[in-house]
Amino acid sequence: MTHSMSLTLLARQLVATFPEAVRKLDPRHVWRSPVVFVVWVGSLVTTVVAVTDPSWFAWSITLWLWATVLFANMAEAVAEGRGKAQAATLRAARTTTTAQRRAVDGSLTTVAASDLMVGDLVVVRPGEVVPGDGDVVEGMATVDESAITGESAPVIRESGGDRCAVTGGTTVLSDGITVRITTKPGETFIDRMIALVEGAARQKTPNEIALTILLTTLTIIFVLAVMAIQPLAVYSGHEQSVVVLVALLVCLIPTTIGALLSAIGIAGMDRLVQHNVLAMSGRAVEAAGDVSTLLLDKTGTITFGNRRATELLSAPRPDDVELVEAAYLSSLADETPEGRSIVDLAATGLPDGTRARLDGVRRDGATFVEFTAQTRMSGADLCDGTAVRKGASDAVCRWVARHGGQVPPEVLTMVDTIARAGGTPLVVATARPGEQPRALGVVHLKDVVKPGMKERFGQLRAMGIRTVMITGDNPLTATSIAAEAGVDDFLAEATPEDKMALIKKEQEGGRLVAMTGDGTNDAPALAQSDVGVAMNTGTSAAKEAANMVDLDSDPTKLIDIVSIGKQLLITRGALTTFSIANDIAKYFAIIPAMFVVLFPGLDALNVMGLATPKSAMLSAVIFNALIIVALIPLSLRGVRYRPAGSTALLRRNLLVYGVGGVIAPFIGIKLIDLVVSHLPGMM
Amino acid sequence: MSDTASGLLTIAVLVAALAAVHVPLGTWMARVFTDTDRGHWRVERLVYRLCRVDPASEQRWTTYAVAVLGFSVVGIVLLFALIALQGVLPLDRGAAMNLDTALNTAVSFVTNTNWQSYAGEAGTSPLVQTLGLTVQNFVSPAVGLAVAVALVRGLARSSGSAVGNFWVDLVRGTVRVLLPLAAVAAVVLLLGGVIQNLSAPTTVPTVSGGSQVLQGGLVASQEAIKELGTNGGGYFNANSAHPFENPNAFTNLLEIFLLLVIPFSLPRTYGVLVGDRRQGWAVLGFMATLWGLMVAAVTWAEVSAAGGRLGGLEGKELRFGVWPSALFAASTTGTSTGAVNSMHESFSPLGGGGVLFSMLLGEVSPGGVGSGLYGALLLAVLTVFISGLMVGRTPELLGKQVGRREITLTALALLVMPALVLVFTGIGMVAPLVSSQMLATGPHGLTEVMYAYASAANNNGSAFAGFSADTPYVNLTLALCMFLGRFVPIVLVLALAGSLVTQRRRPVNAGTLPTHTPTFAALFVGVAVIVTGLTFFPALALGPLAEALS
Repeated sequence: MTHSMSLTLLARQLVATFPEAVRKLDPRHVWRSPVVFVVWVGSLVTTVVAVTDPSWFAWSITLWLWATVLFANMAEAVAEGRGKAQAATLRAARTTTTAQRRAVDGSLTTVAASDLMVGDLVVVRPGEVVPGDGDVVEGMATVDESAITGESAPVIRESGGDRCAVTGGTTVLSDGITVRITTKPGETFIDRMIALVEGAARQKTPNEIALTILLTTLTIIFVLAVMAIQPLAVYSGHEQSVVVLVALLVCLIPTTIGALLSAIGIAGMDRLVQHNVLAMSGRAVEAAGDVSTLLLDKTGTITFGNRRATELLSAPRPDDVELVEAAYLSSLADETPEGRSIVDLAATGLPDGTRARLDGVRRDGATFVEFTAQTRMSGADLCDGTAVRKGASDAVCRWVARHGGQVPPEVLTMVDTIARAGGTPLVVATARPGEQPRALGVVHLKDVVKPGMKERFGQLRAMGIRTVMITGDNPLTATSIAAEAGVDDFLAEATPEDKMALIKKEQEGGRLVAMTGDGTNDAPALAQSDVGVAMNTGTSAAKEAANMVDLDSDPTKLIDIVSIGKQLLITRGALTTFSIANDIAKYFAIIPAMFVVLFPGLDALNVMGLATPKSAMLSAVIFNALIIVALIPLSLRGVRYRPAGSTALLRRNLLVYGVGGVIAPFIGIKLIDLVVSHLPGMM
Repeated sequence: MSDTASGLLTIAVLVAALAAVHVPLGTWMARVFTDTDRGHWRVERLVYRLCRVDPASEQRWTTYAVAVLGFSVVGIVLLFALIALQGVLPLDRGAAMNLDTALNTAVSFVTNTNWQSYAGEAGTSPLVQTLGLTVQNFVSPAVGLAVAVALVRGLARSSGSAVGNFWVDLVRGTVRVLLPLAAVAAVVLLLGGVIQNLSAPTTVPTVSGGSQVLQGGLVASQEAIKELGTNGGGYFNANSAHPFENPNAFTNLLEIFLLLVIPFSLPRTYGVLVGDRRQGWAVLGFMATLWGLMVAAVTWAEVSAAGGRLGGLEGKELRFGVWPSALFAASTTGTSTGAVNSMHESFSPLGGGGVLFSMLLGEVSPGGVGSGLYGALLLAVLTVFISGLMVGRTPELLGKQVGRREITLTALALLVMPALVLVFTGIGMVAPLVSSQMLATGPHGLTEVMYAYASAANNNGSAFAGFSADTPYVNLTLALCMFLGRFVPIVLVLALAGSLVTQRRRPVNAGTLPTHTPTFAALFVGVAVIVTGLTFFPALALGPLAEALS
């Protein structure tokens, strides 16, 4: 999408929100932002003056002051509007009205979904919509969760384990399940989502409150400064009109940030929603910006979910091809991801044409030995009597020994080396008819770190965030993966209790901790951490304990969440700085204009060379109003954030928004004055 | 030597002396306020026993604040009584004061302002000078020191509740810092030619044939603590312009050094106490930059004016000249001292506006004893809040978060002074009670009134002397400004200390906004100048700027 197109879109959104913005002129609403409220009162005062003592100037100022309030309302309305569209989609998913409730004797009654109670059992058949949040207690089904996640691929939900949670509003596609309702109607996940994206549940966050207090103080100072002008002006012999004083006041108080503050907050939550993350509170989003320790599960987050075969090491005697063929054959029936990765790796090492021959053994009536947790081996018995096996080294060594063979010491050394480096060695052996079985070599299985992780951890380090890898592996394996991935620390052989203890230790050191989790046993740690992100595929206990839910169930998203939290705070700080910096130019426009009649020398301060005192004041007021509209896109999108150290960030943002904020209004007010000075009544 | 060369040399000597002294003095003060229980000096033990204070106990911020307020209010009452009753007490020498003037004076000396609505030698008896004013000259800066140290403890301590013991801080500040330094300074001043006697007034014939009564007194000892404690109340009405208080260029330089030395050493104390000396350097850089800017601005204004009809020497002592007068003026208004060696009223419009601006910065360049440091730290909290957001974290200073409570307290503390100055100047400009007391008309009259209230609200004490402030209305409103301008921020600062001290100190990492870098120090200066500028620009435009540009 081009820039101009998004601008047209924004313009259309602004026009569409006009009625809403007018509705928001209600003082009870405006009161929520003290800065905007002062503008509102000022507009009212100038309106009264303009009516009783009409002039072009008074009406122009009045008009633009009301526009300032309207623009502030529009900014908020546009931000809210985005959430409303999402809420409408979610509401459509909630239209299910009936449920099949199962009584103790097994009989089914049809009841309204809104009458369900916590603990009720309901039966959901294929094609039906799950009537409320709950856990599957019987059966297994594929469920379409696109209504919530937007992901069209169905997911499996089954009783027991970590995949038992179903969400109201999702559709069962195949098979039937019995669900125990765990949430009251009206408080379900989807209800909370609607409330969140609509902003109905929006409360001011701690930092937003603190900033509002600062803005209110600045407003009080400027009210005092402007109020003090009148007696000074009376003494100096040039009383000022109320319209002029109100215009000055509105220009000085931080209207830009005051008008955009709530839009920034809403847009921050909305950016998370666009990343398919639901934050249960704005507080959690802010906390994400402050996180200094990230706990990341190794599996699925740092490494691919499964170990992969990375090399085949042959024992000295046989040639390589024999090992590759044996590894290939013995893994053909191994449906585990590790087995598949061996097939893939071996296939690349096979000579041309060999693969077709090997694939033919199944047709020739070979019997396959599948991998089981008991045997910890898989393999094939070919029709010519040759047997190939691969598996855990002790299992294969036992197999070799049972058939009268011996494992060469080189193979055992290789096994040892791989294990010590944190990998998993699998031994491949073959037994030809009439020959002694031989160990051919070793397959090196290891966790493969996802590409780009090292760079991301480097960025996090630059942002001052420590990453800690959580893994159930032994310390040896963990050390090697931690080094490869570039994490700062790791917790090996981690139990839920260890994880909890680590979080508490970090928090005692004053650090904020973020983590992801999906299982029920993660729930206490999720609740304890400052930013707990539950995977949507996780249990309802995990989702309940977390303060964010990731609908895509992507644990790496934690890194994006931190960035969004920081971006939210940076946007607020940048626009506050910009707003205050703007005041310098406004003083140079208005103060000489007010008193140049009295002290002609003050014209030296009119550095912009504005045409007349009236055009100068009106231009400043117009600039003040238009800058709000101009900055709406920025407040919705957020200030550009690239991970960097704090000094670099501060320097850049100070330059853009501080120095830029000083310069921009000088140019803006001058340009507006060039136009405004041609209006009637400006002399 | 030309004026410029000697002026620059004076500044160079001053800066070199401050640079040499601030490290040992700052480190010493840090030791004074962290010394353990065993380290009480004998005289201190005696005081604790007499006052029934347990020096080992620590106070929460509320108790600390009640102690500060109680001590100060009792001080005001006692001093007021002493002045009001001086006529019936021994050594009265005919000195007398109205009750409103007496109240103004009592508040003035207890708040470390030393605004004098009376003529120094005529209004107070030697008894009042010695038992009343001198005592307050020592304890009022010690109160400022104590409050500053309490705030620093709030930053330095992790998850505690107590901010120190006010009585211990007060006693140590007086006994270990102010008394010894003042004693040394008095001797050096004496050697430099400042008088110290208990002689009766001498009558001498003047050149024009009339006669003049010359008062003597314990001037050198008084002068030392006047400057050192950033008090500023002169023994004589003419203050440091009087040849008995400040006879020559050497004593002039020494006095400037004395009024700057403790405020400029406190950043070091801060750095040592928080365990990160770089933090102290940043605050020192902030203070020194502002002071340097103000000295440069006022000197430039006065030197430029010196080309005019009066040679810029109206109201200045010929034995000092333009440069040392400007240096003294910028330093005295930047430190809340308020002693003067020249009449600020007679400065050029921009020079007078400069010294006014120097006070309006909130007395942080480098500010009064203690008050300069806590004033600067309040601005640091404000700077951290705005700039901290720009690095994407909840703002924090030394690992302490600036949340809702902290920013509320900071904002209110910073609001007090502008509110007092603007409201009372506004009223003053239209109230005949005030405007009739102005000497000048037009913009200069406006500056006179604004200067008076800025001086009172900032606890400076210097005056645009044309303004006759000794009327009941002006005395009482100025007293109100001095009292509120001193104690409202003090209570808020202590509340801030109480709020910070309970927080756990967060570890510093690459994502934390560093508060010791030049970037931060520059921003720190920018925030102070811009906030002051935005608040007072309209008033300054109608006063000094209008006068300068017309």
